[in-house]
Amino acid sequence: MDRVPVLKLGDILIVSIQIDLQDQSVLALQEDLANKVVETGARGVIIDITAVEIVDSFIGRMLATIAAISRMLDAETVVVGMRPAVAITLVELGLSLGGVRTALNLEKGVALLNHIDGSEIATATR
Amino acid sequence: MSVSADAGRHRIETLLATNEDQIFRRWLEIAGASSSGHVDRGNLNGQLRELYNALVRSFGDSGRPGESSELRGLLAELSRNRARQGFTPTETATVVFGLKEAVYESTGDDGSSEALQGFLWFSRLVDDLGLFTMETYSATREKIILDQAEQLLELSTPVVKLWEGIVAVPLVGTLDSARTQVVMEKLLQTLVDTGSEHAVIDITGVPAVDTQVAQHLLKTVVAARLMGAECVISGIRPQIAHTIVTLGIEFGDIVTKATLADALAHALRESGVEIVRNRGSRVALRTVEE
Repeated sequence: MDRVPVLKLGDILIVSIQIDLQDQSVLALQEDLANKVVETGARGVIIDITAVEIVDSFIGRMLATIAAISRMLDAETVVVGMRPAVAITLVELGLSLGGVRTALNLEKGVALLNHIDGSEIATATR
Repeated sequence: MSVSADAGRHRIETLLATNEDQIFRRWLEIAGASSSGHVDRGNLNGQLRELYNALVRSFGDSGRPGESSELRGLLAELSRNRARQGFTPTETATVVFGLKEAVYESTGDDGSSEALQGFLWFSRLVDDLGLFTMETYSATREKIILDQAEQLLELSTPVVKLWEGIVAVPLVGTLDSARTQVVMEKLLQTLVDTGSEHAVIDITGVPAVDTQVAQHLLKTVVAARLMGAECVISGIRPQIAHTIVTLGIEFGDIVTKATLADALAHALRESGVEIVRNRGSRVALRTVEE
């Protein structure tokens, strides 16, 4: 089974999804991410879906679930890099991903998380 | 019966070959009169000459004369050209049907059953050709309309950059599902390409907003939000505001502005750009560091 790596950058965790997600790998990702948030005390999670070309209600629900889990652990979730076709599909499916923040790309996602807390992560880690 | 029909057919063939000059001149006259002012005589002369020769040649073929590919090709070209040049269907059809009249006049007073059979056969042939011409004519018209609809779709949906990080779509004309889809895709793609976080959808040019149009707009805004950009809807005229409220359409927390200028000011404020008036009359800009 493919595992999605969870990367740590300052106190932000970055998950870049680049494989076709199966039920198993999603469950593993949720578990890994929850562990990692607790372990590192991260206050932000960025899910990068630039490479995701096809979505269904399953992926939509996965994003919402991950956001809910992270919020329970006091970490804000930002979904970045959604493609236009993916956004249109999600709207057509009636999923508006309430409670999930979004940004155009990874850079803007990091900026958004810094902005929310008012502290500079990127400089603090140097 | 069939013998007499064959004889009649043969008679017409001979007539077309021997009285060529007379028939052709009469045909040209009829065709020219019906489409006067549109086409120059020399052009029509050449086209009809080719058609006439192709028709005569087609009698020699083994198959049915009306189905000669050369003849059909020439006719198709003629009607395609005429459809593009804006001839009416009548003007186009009369060119073909004129031949019937020209031949009838050349048969003279010959009232024999053979002549009648021959003319009936020829008449049916010309009718077939006429129908084929009309079919090509309307197919060409249809294609022109399709092409124009497509061009309209492309023309009417420009996405313009107003500021660094702010794009706008001025919508003009009635919105339907197909157009909204195109607008949505184009806007979202531009957001990605330019990395813009603010979009303004200006509906000044949209004549009416009903529940369906509002639904389309809402979908676009939600899709942009999913990608991490904020959408402002501007250009809402008083009557449209009235209609929207009367219909009970909920825009929720979507920002709406009366004019494009208001929307731009809002987007600039949101992205931390401040506009201050200089001591002179010029306007100076200052970006606020976050």
